[in-house]
Amino acid sequence: MTQTHSTLTSPSSPSAPAAPAVLPAGSADAKRAATRRAALQWIAVHSLGIAAALFFVLPFVFVFLTAVMTDNQALTGDLWPTTWAWGNFGTVWHTPGFLTWWRNTLLYAGLGTVLAVASSLPVAYALAKFRFRGRNVAMMLVISTMMLPPQVIIVPMYLFWAKQLGLSGTLWPLIIPMAFGDAFTIFLLRQFLLTIPKEYTDAARVDGCGELRTMLRVVLPMAKPAIAAVALFQFFCCWNDYFGPQIYASENPAAWTLSYGLESFKGAHHTNWNLTMAATVLVMAPVIVVFFFAQKAFIEGVTLTGVKG
Amino acid sequence: MSAATVHPLLKAKRRRATLRNLAFLSPWLIGFSVFFAYPLISTVYFSFMKYDGFTSPTWNGLRNWSYVFNDYPFFWPALRNTLWLVLVMVSTRVVFGLGIGLLITKIKTAPGLFRTAFYLPYLAPPVAATMAFAFLLNPGTGPVNRILGDFGLPTPGWFNDPSWSKPALTLLALWGIGDLMVIFMAALLDVPKEQYEAAELDGAGSWARFRYVTLPNISPIVMFAVVTGVIQTMQYYTQPLVAGKVASGVIGGSGQQFEPGYPEKSTLTLPQLVYNLGFQRFDTGSACVIALVLFALAMMFTALLMRRRNGFLSAED
Repeated sequence: MTQTHSTLTSPSSPSAPAAPAVLPAGSADAKRAATRRAALQWIAVHSLGIAAALFFVLPFVFVFLTAVMTDNQALTGDLWPTTWAWGNFGTVWHTPGFLTWWRNTLLYAGLGTVLAVASSLPVAYALAKFRFRGRNVAMMLVISTMMLPPQVIIVPMYLFWAKQLGLSGTLWPLIIPMAFGDAFTIFLLRQFLLTIPKEYTDAARVDGCGELRTMLRVVLPMAKPAIAAVALFQFFCCWNDYFGPQIYASENPAAWTLSYGLESFKGAHHTNWNLTMAATVLVMAPVIVVFFFAQKAFIEGVTLTGVKG
Repeated sequence: MSAATVHPLLKAKRRRATLRNLAFLSPWLIGFSVFFAYPLISTVYFSFMKYDGFTSPTWNGLRNWSYVFNDYPFFWPALRNTLWLVLVMVSTRVVFGLGIGLLITKIKTAPGLFRTAFYLPYLAPPVAATMAFAFLLNPGTGPVNRILGDFGLPTPGWFNDPSWSKPALTLLALWGIGDLMVIFMAALLDVPKEQYEAAELDGAGSWARFRYVTLPNISPIVMFAVVTGVIQTMQYYTQPLVAGKVASGVIGGSGQQFEPGYPEKSTLTLPQLVYNLGFQRFDTGSACVIALVLFALAMMFTALLMRRRNGFLSAED
């Protein structure tokens, strides 16, 4: 504890133990005053931290507590369940459609991720490692499409998929385009591939590797953490997508996804906040479970967007 | 060297390189033309057509444009809401995100636990998060007003009150600050330690150190956060729509008509209008006008982002 106190007084010192170095070689009084100041600062920072943590965590807690209340109690505005109605989760699980929504979401997110990563990798590789005319223009176009609200082009896209190809009421209009590169995935992968030193690819070329082999055998293994990060982002992007399924799948409940189905679930169980919150927990849970297994990849992905620009 | 004097072998090599480049870029070249360029041109075309999605389109001149700007009662409120969200939601998000980022760099006891707690809400699926907040902020039985009431504080109508619905959305956006926290945290840890030491030697207090050392060092990231925040606001769709639907008690699902922007158009955003016009009122032409307004705004801020961050496109070789 004393170590953490002293590092706090001086942000300039490394976070390794540095207790004596911080204080001037002064009197015992000065030393004591400095320790007190450090302790006060520790308390201030951590109280603020706990207050902030409550803001972030309490919504989850209240949602969960309501999810296990009985129908009657959920209407009272009580904060703590009197009886724990664990059966709510089962009720939601067996609601007609809920399992179908899961399957559809997994299909959309799983297939979409595989296709998007597989098709974006060569593009990102070319944009990072090849020199050619128009490369910067291409990169600018990638970023522009990444920033474009999907609603801008939705009307012609809908007409194309639904009227010309007759695919409305399915998730294919959302999955198929993933096979043609995803701007965000291309951007993130390219940002990462830029950090791989040229020497590796040059060495592979000298050894007589073609570009495809160099990419797959040399660069791909080195890019595994970045690929894991973009795959996770892509997966949750599909998992969370509401607008896409609303446009293409809304007319056919058999093609709904969790995000779209959840909202209609509230409609069907109009007054039952407990069941609605139980469903909300069931939709949030997989995301949170995956996060605990793949924390590092997530954080890496977020920093790739902002910092390594 | 002019093209005419290029050695034939070199020429063949170049052609091979071009073919290789095209091969690697082909997924995106196809994707860009089919799923971006073509629909964008179509959007421009349809914005001048009268088209209900069923009968064949007919020329309509500027009438869709004039309808959207002069007669469509949802357009200006949506634009005003966007301005509000940019000013209030984006700026509080950046300030709060920076604050949380600073706080997490100062926490020395169990920092991983705090970081996870601050980050997790960012991952909550937007529909689930919005439903959760619609419940938490429910004026009648929600825990938030219940607690506020216990402390004798005012209990706003949140998603049911037009003057509180956007602050409620802002609260939801602050809850999901995890991405900004991570970006700011990384930027803060990158500030050279020597600069803090030098400032301290000059007798700078903690505010002065923040103002003259931290801020100048992280200002590119702050700018990045502001501009991406504005672009996200242009796309803001799921949260205001779901919040409005749940609060108004409209039953979701197919075929349900919903007066967008509940309560009193206070949660309208431009993307919602595209859906409302194009997919509920089958006025394809006017929907495309809104889409183009949206396009212009998004591209304006994207251009700003790219100009501000020269390093964005940097080629490292």
